[in-house]
Amino acid sequence: MAVLETRKLTKVYKAGSDAAVNDVDLTSREGEFLVFLGPSGSGKSTLLRMIAGLEVPTRGEVLIGGRDVTSLAPRERGIAMVFQSYALYPHLSVRENIRFPLQAQKVPKATHAGKVTWASGLLGIGHLLDRKPRELSGGERQRVALARAIVREPTLFLLDEPLSNLDAKLRASAREELSSFHKRVGTTTVYVTHDQVEAMAMGDRIVVLHKGVVRQVGTPREVYDEPADTFVATFLGSPPMNLLENDGVVAGFRPETLAPAAQVQGPAVRFRLRISHLEYLGSERVVYGVFEGGRFAGKKVVSRLPISTPGTFRPDDALEFAVAREQLKLFDKATSKRAAWRELDWS
Amino acid sequence: MRRLSAAAGARWLGVGMFAPALLYIVAIVGLPLVLAFLYSVGNVTVGSVGYEFVGLANFRSVLQSPTFRRSLANSFTFTIATQIIVIVCANILALALRDRFRGRGLVRFLVMLPWVAPISLGAIGWKWILDSIYSVINWVLVRAHLVNPFTPPMWLGEPGLAMASVILVHSWRMIPFSTVILLAGLTAIPKDIPEAAAVDGAGFWRTHFQITLPMMRPIINVAILFGIIFTFTDMTVVYILTRGGPYDTTQVLPSLAFFTGILGSDLAEGAAISVFLVPILVTIAVLMLRVAHRAEVV
Repeated sequence: MAVLETRKLTKVYKAGSDAAVNDVDLTSREGEFLVFLGPSGSGKSTLLRMIAGLEVPTRGEVLIGGRDVTSLAPRERGIAMVFQSYALYPHLSVRENIRFPLQAQKVPKATHAGKVTWASGLLGIGHLLDRKPRELSGGERQRVALARAIVREPTLFLLDEPLSNLDAKLRASAREELSSFHKRVGTTTVYVTHDQVEAMAMGDRIVVLHKGVVRQVGTPREVYDEPADTFVATFLGSPPMNLLENDGVVAGFRPETLAPAAQVQGPAVRFRLRISHLEYLGSERVVYGVFEGGRFAGKKVVSRLPISTPGTFRPDDALEFAVAREQLKLFDKATSKRAAWRELDWS
Repeated sequence: MRRLSAAAGARWLGVGMFAPALLYIVAIVGLPLVLAFLYSVGNVTVGSVGYEFVGLANFRSVLQSPTFRRSLANSFTFTIATQIIVIVCANILALALRDRFRGRGLVRFLVMLPWVAPISLGAIGWKWILDSIYSVINWVLVRAHLVNPFTPPMWLGEPGLAMASVILVHSWRMIPFSTVILLAGLTAIPKDIPEAAAVDGAGFWRTHFQITLPMMRPIINVAILFGIIFTFTDMTVVYILTRGGPYDTTQVLPSLAFFTGILGSDLAEGAAISVFLVPILVTIAVLMLRVAHRAEVV
């Protein structure tokens, strides 16, 4: 039995306008870390809020633990949520914040102290219990919010961009901490983010959303290596996948697969590129090139090369580049979906 | 001719800009206050020309008067009862007006009406509503067979009812003001917080009493302190509805001071009565400054 399931879940904010979330069918797996990834306005937060019960769906159903909860209030769903702002209660101490769900769910009073100690110990905030939220750093606040969520042992965890208020340095360590926290408690978790790095790093599976529609569901490797359409192809990866229109299809390849011809083994497609711009990033360099001659003359592509790649690269140099044939992904020009493999003319 | 330096010029400009405000406060607030203190220890009447220092004689005479003691008690009853009604009603209204619904603008306008309409007009309206002969309330009660048509309640003529009427009319007038203040406090609470409480399992009442109200406390304090000042020093409603009657049972300190000092021509004793307001109002002013400071921090 799936912890979370949505059936044809749809939200239309204004009659006649486009749906914010459109016919979303999802099924989570036991204990997995499921990431909703999409740009702002993709409907990922609305989807999460409908699962939480904070937003009423226009159509469709939400099932939690096999029970239809579509018409239930948030508090009857057995879920916990961490908000982007953490939404700690500013007038209550950390201890009272963590205890609040226990009081609200009418958990027997005698067990409160033990549960608060357990939850705060799990997140290493036992020494902060008597502080007020305003006396805490961003990272500490986030941990309090997590402790408040875990304390009543929910069947489902919902996290709404919990790392976006942390500075870049803290974010990497918080990511790792969240992942190991999830492994320890093993609760099925839905995590919303617009950051592909977070999604790739933490997700067991990623749900890529765009304009309210699920574009692809898959493991990080699947969505990166085998994108279902050109949106997924360009949204994941930095710099994004190169797309070239050819013979009625769109051919795509990752920047790291485009390399000087001498480096590419096996059957490959060759291009002559003129370097227009170079970025040195320490461990790698990003090469921006423009096609010289041929059917793509004037089109731009990007290549990502490890710094160990032999050869010299200077702006305005014209070089021979190549992509291994097996790295090419074809997309249908009209629907932008993946298309069957066929031989193309590259001359 | 020596020219003023830029700094000195700016200083004089500052003084010049500030002066009208200062002058205004000195003339309208400072001077009367000093005069009130002087009169309260003198023997001035409306017709007298001289001034003779009489020490605390006026205060002694005021304190011995049962009317004064009654008015002092009434002032507290009036203020406290009004504030309780106002804060409870303003809370309910603020909650109701927070969420969007069709016609919210119109309802907001109607709620504000008692505050923006001239108080004398409003109070005269109420005087008719509560009149002993023409009262619409009594008309309804009689038609509904709830009261005897020959002995209907005399809203402004029976001590208990008169006090209740004065309190209710003043509350009616004060509710919009507090509603606006509380509404501001309510909308300042981030939407996430009540949502988090809802997910955490709290229903409406728990969210309201454990989360929303405590978060609004600083702003509620502001509303209460303003309300106390506006109520404790107000005599309009009492003056228009009951003139302090029947038998001074609705008399409050400001109206008693007015009746004694202006209508009764005994300026000295009227001043002594109003001086009794000073310690109470100073305490509230100090509290208010503290609360205002704290409200900024949160």
